[in-house]
Amino acid sequence: MTITLKETDAVVVGVGWTGSIMARELTKAGLNVVGLERGAKRMPRDNFTIPSVRDDLKYAVRQELFQDAQLETVSLRHSPSETALPIRRLGSFLPGTDLGGAGSHWNGMTWRILPSDHKLRSHLTERYGKNAIPEEMTVEDFPVSYDELEPYYDKFEKLCGVSGKAGNLRGKIIDGGNVFEGPRQNDYPNPPLTRSMAGTIMEKASRDLGYHPFPAPSSNASEVYTNFEGLTLGACEYCGHCERFGCEANAKASPNVCILPALLADPKFELRTYAQVKELVYDKAAKKVTAVRYVDTRTGEEYEQPAGLVILGAYVFNNTLLMLTAGIGEPYDYKTGKGAVGKNYCYQVSGNSVTVFFGDKEINPFMASGAHGVLIDDFNGDNFDHAGLGFFGGAWIQAGPTNGRPIATRPVPPGTPAWGREWKKATAQWYNHAFNIGASGCNYAHRENFLDLDPTYRDALGRPLIRMSYNFRDNDRKLADYIGGVLGRLAKAMNPTHMSTPSTQRGDYNVVPYQSTHNTGGTMTGTDPKTSVVNRYLQAWNADNLFVVGASVFPQNASYNPTGIVGALSYYAAEAITTKYLKSPGPLVHA
Amino acid sequence: MSDDKIPIRRRNFLLGAGTAVAASLTPPAQAAETPAQTPPPAANGPAPEPLLTLTETEHAFFVAAADAMIPADELSPSGGQCGVATFIDRQLAGAYGNGARLYRDGPFPKGKPELGYQLPLNPREFFRAGIAAANEWTRKTYGKDFDRLSEADRDAALKAMEDGKAEMNAMPSRQFFAALLQITMEGFFSDPIYGGNRNMASWKMVGYPGLPATYREDIKKYFGKKYDKPPRSIADFS
Repeated sequence: MTITLKETDAVVVGVGWTGSIMARELTKAGLNVVGLERGAKRMPRDNFTIPSVRDDLKYAVRQELFQDAQLETVSLRHSPSETALPIRRLGSFLPGTDLGGAGSHWNGMTWRILPSDHKLRSHLTERYGKNAIPEEMTVEDFPVSYDELEPYYDKFEKLCGVSGKAGNLRGKIIDGGNVFEGPRQNDYPNPPLTRSMAGTIMEKASRDLGYHPFPAPSSNASEVYTNFEGLTLGACEYCGHCERFGCEANAKASPNVCILPALLADPKFELRTYAQVKELVYDKAAKKVTAVRYVDTRTGEEYEQPAGLVILGAYVFNNTLLMLTAGIGEPYDYKTGKGAVGKNYCYQVSGNSVTVFFGDKEINPFMASGAHGVLIDDFNGDNFDHAGLGFFGGAWIQAGPTNGRPIATRPVPPGTPAWGREWKKATAQWYNHAFNIGASGCNYAHRENFLDLDPTYRDALGRPLIRMSYNFRDNDRKLADYIGGVLGRLAKAMNPTHMSTPSTQRGDYNVVPYQSTHNTGGTMTGTDPKTSVVNRYLQAWNADNLFVVGASVFPQNASYNPTGIVGALSYYAAEAITTKYLKSPGPLVHA
Repeated sequence: MSDDKIPIRRRNFLLGAGTAVAASLTPPAQAAETPAQTPPPAANGPAPEPLLTLTETEHAFFVAAADAMIPADELSPSGGQCGVATFIDRQLAGAYGNGARLYRDGPFPKGKPELGYQLPLNPREFFRAGIAAANEWTRKTYGKDFDRLSEADRDAALKAMEDGKAEMNAMPSRQFFAALLQITMEGFFSDPIYGGNRNMASWKMVGYPGLPATYREDIKKYFGKKYDKPPRSIADFS
């Protein structure tokens, strides 16, 4: 039996970055907000302390902080003609759970996408001609331009205390920053982190080749920093336990450090943990979501929470699942190209890397933060001419270890066996003398890459799994080959003792090795209700009191880690709700 | 095919986990009086830990595999001596071994390797079936269980599995080998609190300092220099 609760002004589904930001802005505007989090309450002072926080096996290998695949996963097929099978153990991507979500265990790379990424379709059409974009590449413009989103990027960077160096300050190009970035009104709130040996080698090689190196924009605070919520981040300890771990120094920006202490202290906010939202109650005629139904995962009891306003702030897969199961909007059909829910699922082309070995240099890879490298953006987005290349997009390229945790990080020169005497000797010899140069590539939407409901496999609540139809396509493979060439040039310019052969992206998408937790799309934003799910304010076209916030709204994925964009869009949507929607509830955009 | 003709395994309580020799029924106190029979490296090895889930046969298999994958040399004791099999026993007895974080709903059709693990077995069951199949194959090929092979034959058998050339019943040998290598290396490189990596042998071998990993000043001080502090484990801070 479902227990119906008293109506609240707003309910937020998922309390990670987006849920925390939205709830904070809505309570500030006077609304009573209920936050529903499927996991437990997790706060750094209780959960992330020395010595247990440095447990490589527990966190990095046994996946302590991630979504439990035993209860919820997704299925995959490489093409719509195949039968999808469930991803039984998480590998390629690692969605979070518990209070703060993946915001607790990310690495902290905090980006803005390029102005040209914001208007990708128009930009490519303008520069390369109206027939340049292949028919199957279903990329679109973000309806919000870089200039419109700039103040919100700025706000999120200030929330997180991002460390970095501006490369374009109000139009003035600054050497040592990312000279390709869009103009920013303010520099980063914190100076860059201390450079590593690997970063120093990368900087020199990049400059020798005429490229433009810059420090990673990092939500690992280089200095103690107090944000506009009055909450304080500690200074990074370069502990090498960033990705997959919580931060014991409170230096890594997370909802739990940057926003939740203020939100949880506000009587207008009520957090309910172990509250897994099962479905949305949708009144199609009225175009409203009237309530959400959730299960208390401790008791199995089911509740209905009526709300005036509903914010979906779950991960990409659950945002899309809840839209599909409620029947809000038209599901995407890859055969006709009609419908938009589930369309333009994208990922990241991140199979490119090369390992360089230096007999005479001590790298100390264990002294690192998660976003601590030196990068170049010379081969990213449309920062270089694509005429005649046969692909669009590019990649950021980075050198600098994020860790030296030896269960997974112990590079050996090419040709070394994987075990035995020779392996052992090489491991001891090279552990402290090697690092990777890696790349994170754009992934542009493809007609046959999409999400829908799996007909066979179900989650622990009995709902169908999200079925991912996905593979790397021609554009991705050509892009990866091209970037592989750049990686090879960079590696050679470093004059290493040994280097591996730069890897590319020729095989099928493989769910086993970690690539990135940068899944995007499924509820894309756009200007046309026929081809998108939410409008520019992230308001559902088919339910005006429903806002979908997160990377599920991306029309495609630029090469950049999505959190910075997600944070900016959250503030942008929150402002639209508090300044426009609350005054006059109804559609904010009339199509 | 059963292994009934071979004497049952009892771990030698003096030798520790580092060697897999013929059974000894000698109780520890008496065994200690005859140290001359003991090969030198193992003589210094720690006493074996009681087993939680592995059978003696399975334990002997993991010790032998760890000794072959991580042989004793001047860099470190062998994998078995470092407690890798104890680590594996504890892992397989606990949540991981019993399928934590593994989606186990059927059906279970065969999938492409890119779709990842698709067997209905949890890790405990996987290694139970895998070791039985591996021993069956070595008996067919070499006439003995894996742990009783000579060093050269053990290496050859592992190589055949790694290359997918060992014809193992109901399990691709390449898949079994990959899982075996993974859990062996986890045992060798994890914090010693889990039973492997005794005395932080692997961390000393590569120069990984372990805890507390607070390098705010050291990242400047040791720029380009070898970090020379001895490693510390979670246990050292608990």
